[in-house]
Amino acid sequence: MKALLTALGCGALFGAGLCVSGMTDPTNVTAFLDVGGKWSPNLAGVMLGAIAVHFAWLRWLARRDETKREAQATSGKRVDRALVSGALLFGIGWGVSGYCPGPAIVSLSSGALGPLVFVGAMAAGVVLNEGVQWTIKRFGKGSLAVR
Amino acid sequence: MLLALIGGALIGLSASLYWSLNRKIAGISGILGGALFLRGRERWVRVLFLLGLFGSGLGFARFTNRVPAPDLPLLALAFAGLLVGFGTRMSGGCTSGHGVCGLSRRSPRSFVAVLTFMVTAGVTVFVVRHLLKLWVPT
Repeated sequence: MKALLTALGCGALFGAGLCVSGMTDPTNVTAFLDVGGKWSPNLAGVMLGAIAVHFAWLRWLARRDETKREAQATSGKRVDRALVSGALLFGIGWGVSGYCPGPAIVSLSSGALGPLVFVGAMAAGVVLNEGVQWTIKRFGKGSLAVR
Repeated sequence: MLLALIGGALIGLSASLYWSLNRKIAGISGILGGALFLRGRERWVRVLFLLGLFGSGLGFARFTNRVPAPDLPLLALAFAGLLVGFGTRMSGGCTSGHGVCGLSRRSPRSFVAVLTFMVTAGVTVFVVRHLLKLWVPT
């Protein structure tokens, strides 16, 4: 029960951060990405604020308990082709729409059709990826031309 | 810019609390994947995070009554959504998972991912707006 409530609270806090910073408005996002137009540094400010707080928090956790280094642990996996190609596809979608997953889900609450279409398609993309992963696991990489 | 920093700090605080209280990474694409494919309690934790995210938008709209809706053709939004969903799951994170959480952990994978999607998104916007001259904002 506790885990469910904290998740709800963290989600709400995360969304509040996106709303306050204006990142739920895709034009604010593309204003940062558009270096050839009227550039706005705001997205960098959001990233900076978020990383500063989270980085400090994780460091504090690791310092508090020297034996528990997991607070700063990463997956330890190597940079591979899937990481780069996935980020590439994401970058195209992000650039076209100005939506990444968080702001898109917050924007669903507007009731407008646009965010609904985006999130529906995004969920379909997640399902499609799961299907591809499953196929690779089941039949091997050679069964798919991609990757 | 001040609002951007404050909003960012709230996001960082959310990621920090989610890690400390739930031992989970606050990456939205991963949470969405979990909400769709995990079972039982683990699924519900993620569903509630997403509900909180959705609810914050409702709450915020009550105070500002400013509902940002994209000024884009629906087909473009559908195309973009599909790429975002597929791509973020393929690379294991989005702006939050790789961007906020991964960079805070100084993860080399996240560094490469963020660099890749930032540059790609910048190039995409340039191509869409300045070369193809599709939807240019007023």
